[in-house]
Amino acid sequence: MSTAYFKIAGGTVYDPVHGVDGERRDIWIRDGKIVAAPSDPDVRPDRTLDAAGLVVMPGGIDMHCHIAGPKVNTARKMRPEEKRKADKVVRTSTTRSGTMGSVPSTFATGYKYAGMGYTTAFDAAIPPLAARHVHEEFEDTPCIDKGFFVLMGNNHYVMQSIHRKEPERLRSFIAWLLGAAKGYTPKLVNPGGVEVWKQLQGGNVHGLDENVAHFDVTPRQIIEQVSRAVDQLRLPHSVHIHANNLGMPGNWRTTLETMKALGDSRGHLSHIQFHSYGGGEADENTFNSKVVELAEYVDAHPNITVDVGQVLFGETTTMTADGPLGYYLSNSFGNKWFSSDTEMESGCGITPIEYKNTSLVHSLQWAIGLEWYLLAKDPWRVVMSTDHPNGGSFLAYPEIVQLLMDRTYREETLKHVHPAVLERSTLAGLTREYSLYEICIITRSGPARILGLANKGHLGPGADADITIYTPNDDKKVMFELPRVVIKSGVVIVDQGEVREPVNGKLLYVAPEWDVSIETDLAAWFEKYYSVRFRNYPIPLDYLHEPEEVACR
Amino acid sequence: MPILETFILIPGRTSKQGCGISEGKFEDGYQHEITTLQVAPQDMKRLGLVNGDRVRITTESGRQIEVAVAAAAGDELPPGLLFIAYGDLSSRLMEGDTHGSGMPTSKGFDVTLEKLS
Amino acid sequence: MSTAVTKPADPSVKVIEDSTCTFCGCVCDDIDITVKDNHIIDAKRACVLGKSWFYNHHADDRPSCLIEGRPASVAEGVDRAARILTAARYPIIYGLSDTTSEAQRVAVGIGDSIAGTVDTTTSVCHGPSGMAFQGVGEVTCTLGEVANRGDLIIFWGGNPAESHPRHFTKYSLMPKGMFLPNGRKDRTAVGIDVRKTKTAKAMDLFFQIKPRSDFEALWTLRALAKGVEVDPKQVKDDTGIELARWQDLMDRMKAAKFGVILFGMGLTMTRGKHLNSEALLSLARDMNAHTRFVVKPMRGHGNVTGADNVVTWQTGYPFGVNMSRGYPRFNPGEYTTSDTLARGEADAALIIACDPMANFSQPARERLKSIPYIALDPKDTPTTRAATVVFTTATYGINVPGTVYRMDDVPIFLRPAFPSPHPSDFDVLSAIQRRVKELKQ
Repeated sequence: MSTAYFKIAGGTVYDPVHGVDGERRDIWIRDGKIVAAPSDPDVRPDRTLDAAGLVVMPGGIDMHCHIAGPKVNTARKMRPEEKRKADKVVRTSTTRSGTMGSVPSTFATGYKYAGMGYTTAFDAAIPPLAARHVHEEFEDTPCIDKGFFVLMGNNHYVMQSIHRKEPERLRSFIAWLLGAAKGYTPKLVNPGGVEVWKQLQGGNVHGLDENVAHFDVTPRQIIEQVSRAVDQLRLPHSVHIHANNLGMPGNWRTTLETMKALGDSRGHLSHIQFHSYGGGEADENTFNSKVVELAEYVDAHPNITVDVGQVLFGETTTMTADGPLGYYLSNSFGNKWFSSDTEMESGCGITPIEYKNTSLVHSLQWAIGLEWYLLAKDPWRVVMSTDHPNGGSFLAYPEIVQLLMDRTYREETLKHVHPAVLERSTLAGLTREYSLYEICIITRSGPARILGLANKGHLGPGADADITIYTPNDDKKVMFELPRVVIKSGVVIVDQGEVREPVNGKLLYVAPEWDVSIETDLAAWFEKYYSVRFRNYPIPLDYLHEPEEVACR
Repeated sequence: MPILETFILIPGRTSKQGCGISEGKFEDGYQHEITTLQVAPQDMKRLGLVNGDRVRITTESGRQIEVAVAAAAGDELPPGLLFIAYGDLSSRLMEGDTHGSGMPTSKGFDVTLEKLS
Repeated sequence: MSTAVTKPADPSVKVIEDSTCTFCGCVCDDIDITVKDNHIIDAKRACVLGKSWFYNHHADDRPSCLIEGRPASVAEGVDRAARILTAARYPIIYGLSDTTSEAQRVAVGIGDSIAGTVDTTTSVCHGPSGMAFQGVGEVTCTLGEVANRGDLIIFWGGNPAESHPRHFTKYSLMPKGMFLPNGRKDRTAVGIDVRKTKTAKAMDLFFQIKPRSDFEALWTLRALAKGVEVDPKQVKDDTGIELARWQDLMDRMKAAKFGVILFGMGLTMTRGKHLNSEALLSLARDMNAHTRFVVKPMRGHGNVTGADNVVTWQTGYPFGVNMSRGYPRFNPGEYTTSDTLARGEADAALIIACDPMANFSQPARERLKSIPYIALDPKDTPTTRAATVVFTTATYGINVPGTVYRMDDVPIFLRPAFPSPHPSDFDVLSAIQRRVKELKQ
């Protein structure tokens, strides 16, 4: 870490946390952090970057993506056919080689995020039994700070504690499990549904009040109890939810019920686009958008945040902890299918997909994503994501920026999608154009706030010196595809599109306290049902290379 | 004219071979295990073989080993099948060609067996 | 890191609980080992293979490095190794199944630096299953699911009684699972193999199929699963088993709550290879239209699964990866080691934690003998004896901590028992990587 001053001079700064909307400002960096300008005017910076005429923002934050762990790695392994014709990631004297396609290899993932001005990413769904795998992959994913969400929505001990009406035990278990995995927050994926899938052919839940056999709990109870526990633990980020019935026509009602089940507890609904469908009974002909209704509810309830999960046309790979969803998608499209059930914890489904602009459903999905951005009143609570790679690659973010900022481009693109979009969604009539300030919110400041990362997403003193500098361009896609300079922890890691110095990045985790008296019962439960030893399960802090604890609130 | 009987040879893992890897590949335990060819008792009888007799095994492409035989336990091996633990001898019979799979054919060789006096 | 090291009466003896055995893919992490004077004298719960593993991996009294048979310092060996690899036009790196993932990660990095070809023992083990998976996918689970739910267990083309002795007890037949409270009594065990092995004797049903007929047998089952008519005479001729028996098996498979097929080299090494694996993976997928059904390839070594994982996350491909052009390319049959050696293409090699001089074909072994190569192994093997540079390394799990991946991809940490005077694979490989980079500047 350098103790020298590094000054970024005279850039056009966007810092929504501090209300800075395109003003000429200097930014001072020291020891990996942004600091106040030295009070002594005679102190000169050791290095100056002239940013006159350039746009300066905090580094981008992808709060919901799939970039590491057994599911992602299996998908990488499963798609050799994509890589041969994809962009090549060639070895240099400072960087490793890799492969692209919809699931890039780890070094490539880090370089590409950084190349696009992103400096933090969170993997959205990890079974804690595989947490070590994620930490290893993270160590080989340079340039970005990382964290992950821990799957709990089909965890047997969670369901057992809920059934027995033991909220203190549940709370302690959640804290223990987060500490064991060194994760960031509980993730609920199709709560209850994956357990039903494990028990029955084609099994799943279809509503919040269905019973999960053997455990005798409902999805509603899981959502209520876990969200409450997270708030009681005062975790920096809320519970993170992939709601039941993803992808099904008519599922908007499930989404609404899920939001209501939260009560006053905080909750983040991920890839909300996939959960915003009207219509019924899996009938394509009734498929339509319910964003208006859902956005209204979100606007009126400040405890709720969402990320969009934008679909882009083209080939990609769906990968989800929602086992039955993977089965459904594979049967729908007839593509190869991977499924894995992790004992006691979760499931997994992987299958390739191609979103086509000639398809009614796909075109509506694309439109619904855009509707969310354009209809939501509070940009601080609607985050940009593609649920990479489920909706599309994270490399598509510049395309989304252009669609949001440039109405003409949007209208032109609308001409090339299925015409049903015009009747079944409101997109054609939406004239709103995002400003750079708002783009900065939905890609940086908003996700930082939602994740509870006080040192990210802004450019005030105390922030991590994660900074992206863009060359302004009327073509916003070009502007956001190729930042001029990217700085991570005060180090210039990307310059004119080339990775100069790939730093490692930190592992962000939480360490809430738990009542250790539950460990006797936990150990007994492990002994009975798990295939690994209780003592071998938790990951000690010294296993990690650059951990940083994010304090509970 | 030597009598050549045709068989199918299956190399495979055994407990002793596995232990032998840890004990040391130049130790007697491993060496003995990987240099013993198991023959079904009915075939032993029919061919007039006893434990310790030496035979020559030749593959279709002419790769050859000489090895001592032992009767397989009970009904473990059906007549017509031979078994040997993975090791140097079984490796000598493998062809280099993997048929584009990366995996050389390592089980199910058609071989001829010739008694050595 | 917390290690439960209990100190019994004799102070020169220590017991390490919940230690991990890495001999086979079971990766049992419940072994209590007793250590005295840098020897393991007891390994509670270890099977015969595990005991042999623990009792026979003392720190061998050999130099840590030999160059052309003569003792040398590790630094000299590293330098010579780096020179061999950087001077070669088609260097290969092979093995990796018996070392930590930390070491595997460095090895792949060396492959990148020298523009070489990286391959693992997977290519001669379940590589064909990996290829099949790339074509059709796979339906699987972790081993705890098998223990808790699996009520119909089929072993095809493998002999776990000899290759994975604790598998039955720990995972597949004996455990009293959450949904199988009576353990073995709640399960039906089926064996399918060409020999009546020790495994066969532990089964409720055994199918002794004709050698080299696995493909036909699997497709017969696929047809029965879908209600497609098959010719009984052909089935009997092809597989050696009457159609009625296959039909009975299919009826049981459809009636199971959670069927499991565990398969081994009997499918991948014989006629058909990846086509056999593909048929089996497809069968499991087909069965999910009727009931829950999974498959699991039985992996032989302690960290071959880790090798698959590491090579995949770093390059995008699981094995047979060439980096001659500065980026990874994948092609089984082209970049796999049996081929690059047997065709005489490799002109230098780095062989890590495996023994190709014992296990490879004659043409491959002849080529390997004729080229300069470096070998890393705790033991004295045919591969180490013919190497230009050999490093005697510390044994993973016994001397060296780190991460390994069980056959079902569950990552498990190692609790070493005693230190070794020899360097670890990670140490040696890291030094080689540094030296390679220096030479390349």
